[in-house]
Amino acid sequence: MSYHLIGISVLWLFLYGYLIIASIDFGAGFFAFYARLTKQDPLINRLISRYLSPVWEITNVFFVFFYIGMIGFFPDTAYYYGSALLVPGSVAIVLLAIRGSFYAFENYGSKNNIVYLFLYGASGLLIPASLSVTLALSEGGFILKQDQTVSLDYWALFTNPLSWSIVGLAIVSVLFISACFLAFYATRAEDHAALKLMRTYALFWSTPTIIIALTAFIYLGQHNERHYQNMMDLWWLLALSIAFFMIAMWLLYRGRRYGLAFVCIMLQFFCAFFAYGIGQYPYILDPYITIQSSVTSSSMGFALVVVFIGGMCLLIPSLILVFKLFLFDADYVKGKK
Amino acid sequence: MGIDTVLWSKLVTGMTLGFHAIFATIGVGIPLMIAIAEFIGIRKQDSHYALMAKRWARGFVISVAVGVVTGTAISLQLALVWPNFMKLAGNVIALPLFMEVFAFFFEAIFLGIYLYTWDRFKNPYIHWLLTIPIVAGAGMSAVFITTVNGFMNQPGGFTMQGGQFTAVNPVQAMLNTATFSKVFHVLSSAYLTGAALLAGIAAFTMLRKGVTGYHKKALKLMMAVVMLFGLLNTVAGDVSAKFLAEHQPEKLAAAEWHFETESGADLILLGWLNAEHQIIGALHLPKILSFLAFGNFNAKVTGLNEFPSDEQPPLLVHYFFDLMAGIGFALLGISVLYFLFALWKKRNEHNKWLLRIIALGAPLAFLGVELGWFYAELGRQPWILRGYMRVEEAATTSPSVRILFFLFLLLYIVLGMVSVLVLRRLFNNNPAETEMEKRAQHAGDKRTGKGAHA
Ligand code: HDD
Ligand code: HEM
Ligand code: HEM
Repeated sequence: MSYHLIGISVLWLFLYGYLIIASIDFGAGFFAFYARLTKQDPLINRLISRYLSPVWEITNVFFVFFYIGMIGFFPDTAYYYGSALLVPGSVAIVLLAIRGSFYAFENYGSKNNIVYLFLYGASGLLIPASLSVTLALSEGGFILKQDQTVSLDYWALFTNPLSWSIVGLAIVSVLFISACFLAFYATRAEDHAALKLMRTYALFWSTPTIIIALTAFIYLGQHNERHYQNMMDLWWLLALSIAFFMIAMWLLYRGRRYGLAFVCIMLQFFCAFFAYGIGQYPYILDPYITIQSSVTSSSMGFALVVVFIGGMCLLIPSLILVFKLFLFDADYVKGKK
Repeated sequence: MGIDTVLWSKLVTGMTLGFHAIFATIGVGIPLMIAIAEFIGIRKQDSHYALMAKRWARGFVISVAVGVVTGTAISLQLALVWPNFMKLAGNVIALPLFMEVFAFFFEAIFLGIYLYTWDRFKNPYIHWLLTIPIVAGAGMSAVFITTVNGFMNQPGGFTMQGGQFTAVNPVQAMLNTATFSKVFHVLSSAYLTGAALLAGIAAFTMLRKGVTGYHKKALKLMMAVVMLFGLLNTVAGDVSAKFLAEHQPEKLAAAEWHFETESGADLILLGWLNAEHQIIGALHLPKILSFLAFGNFNAKVTGLNEFPSDEQPPLLVHYFFDLMAGIGFALLGISVLYFLFALWKKRNEHNKWLLRIIALGAPLAFLGVELGWFYAELGRQPWILRGYMRVEEAATTSPSVRILFFLFLLLYIVLGMVSVLVLRRLFNNNPAETEMEKRAQHAGDKRTGKGAHA
């Protein structure tokens, strides 16, 4: 396997990982705020701070990892996306900053501060919205290169239904994934009131998720025929995705096996996400960057892969330790430790 | 392509890094202090030290959050503000950046575990062991990022062909000639600053609330660490200067206002320049510069006039350098003074004046770090990659950077203020003595069986 394939596979896997764990985090922010407005906050806020506080930094590292890895394996991306995204990227930084500081400050009072809670909830929706715009950009037609300058065509971006449907999809998926996970976590904590609330949220957000996903797919067909056709050729992945979605819905509806339901949702997104990614092959930015044209030198590729393997040997055992201590330790989850 | 965009880009980067440096230095320095305190606490069975580790860790979390946030900002800004730099150098510096992410990952995981498992292990050493990956992870992230900075000063590990770097050897690029001295100095100054900060806080609290056993112990421990790393840091600074004399003479010459190449060069302290670049009002130490640069009073030191005028760094860095070195000696002096007073029985090492000076040492140490970085970065001007790429070639062409400067300024003001507020609330409402009593009571409850499940 060549370095560009190894690189893009690893990065796509990490982006998928970020998608799942960050969605849990982002959605929880929104639910915390919403619950406060509807006076249901005592139910779920304890649950949220129990799980999220120890792991938010890890979530953030996933993002930095993807981004640095991208620049490492495909240095041209830094030039094109970097030049075009100065303003939206900076806005995303500010949002991430607001959110990151919430966790540090929450134990010391900001949790009860409605302004901070609002920022926390709002950033939970705005960050995925702003990050997902890059997916729309990669479809081409928005980033333009004239002579030596790269720029972003804001007008085209904001008037295009594809970009809006991708943003919409990002937001509803975040809420859907998060609600499912928190429902599962509530069963582990044997917190029945929270479970009831989160199950309702999960069921509620499932329908918009599937509708907007289909809408985005249709608009993709209008915007980038090649990508759409490639995805159609991967119809079996899309079908699998829908099948997992159905299973998850059934389990949620019957109110049992929440762990399995969450795994199904992870698989649902895995299939769809990879169908999308493989369909975009070989482009990273249509039509300027392909993975073959932008891949780094082979010596760097080799070094990155070696570091990656070494890093994984260090990280996987440590991550297992974290999960054992915070996610699967029943006493901790129930708040006895 | 206006020069303005370049200036605003520099300001955005300088501001972000200057702000990050405060929290990054805390992030590297404090974990070691926590580890030392917890270890001594277990060793001596003295719960004062355990409480120190706990309280420091609690404050540390706040600083880590801001460090992570600003660090994420920098890493994105590298591509957003300097796209041409990343395009050229990205395929050489990607390796250390990638390794740095793993170091963060490692540190983040164990910090999460450490903070939430204070009383979960029967054997206290197991909890202490968790500090090792934290100290190592923080230290390694400083090492990796410093190799990037070293590379910008001493590019190597590639060949330049048609405006592109080819035949890249990333490991050689990391182990460039600047790496050793920089890593040594950055680490030693971070540990020095961490200890000076905690010593300063202990002294400050004693000035306001009176001398207590807890703060006495904290002060003594941290002054010992200040002394150790004050010494190491001076050595590291000397190594850095010798490195510059050999490999980057224009930076040293700019800092020393050393214009003509000569043997037996004088060291010039402070002073100012008139319109004809003559030095006025400075202290001249004969032949000392030659000695500092090469360990030989008669060695020849390259002067700034050897370099074309558009490749000379700004002369302002002279003050940065002098002040930084002054602070280094001052911190070392403070710790020596403290131990002289402590050993000399008739003197009281907790007298008001000494405590005031120690408290002042904390902001001074941070000033030293900032001055050091501004010296190192401005002294590299006009290059972003010394000898290969000038700063104005690297910057973004988007005029929006000006607005972004103000956006980020606002962000840092808010972040800075909120962290100060939170830290004050955290410690002022909960002084060490009260917490000590509470813990004693809690332990008593446990023994009589009230704290059942633990
Ligand atoms: C508490 C902070 C602190 C203190 C007291 C000192 N330094 Fe420093 N210095 C730094 C913190 C620092 C730094 C922040 O760590 C720098 C910035 C970039 C770097 O590599 O280290 C630095 C850079 C730096 C450089 C430039 C290295 C380069 O660009 O490659 C030199 C020559 C010195 N220092 C020399 C000294 C000397 C002779 C000192 C006298 C005791 C001294 N420093 C004290
Ligand atoms: C953390 C402490 C640091 C501080 C306070 C600092 C400070 C500065 C300042 C003041 C500038 C603007 C220089 C000018 O006016 O032209 C600058 C530029 C820059 N620094 Fe640093 N720096 C730090 C560390 C680093 C490190 C570790 C790197 C390497 C990854 C780095 C990379 C850059 C880059 C890319 C620029 C822009 C190009 C330039 O102006 O030379 N800095 N920094
Ligand atoms: C003097 C130079 C620097 C030092 C000593 C330093 C060290 C640190 C430390 C200790 C942290 C906190 C990490 C944690 O506790 O989890 C941090 C955060 C971070 N720094 Fe810096 N840093 C420096 C400069 C830079 C530069 C120039 C960059 C950009 C390339 C950078 C990128 C980052 C990133 C991305 C984070 C956030 C990591 C995360 O998401 O967990 N740092 N840095």
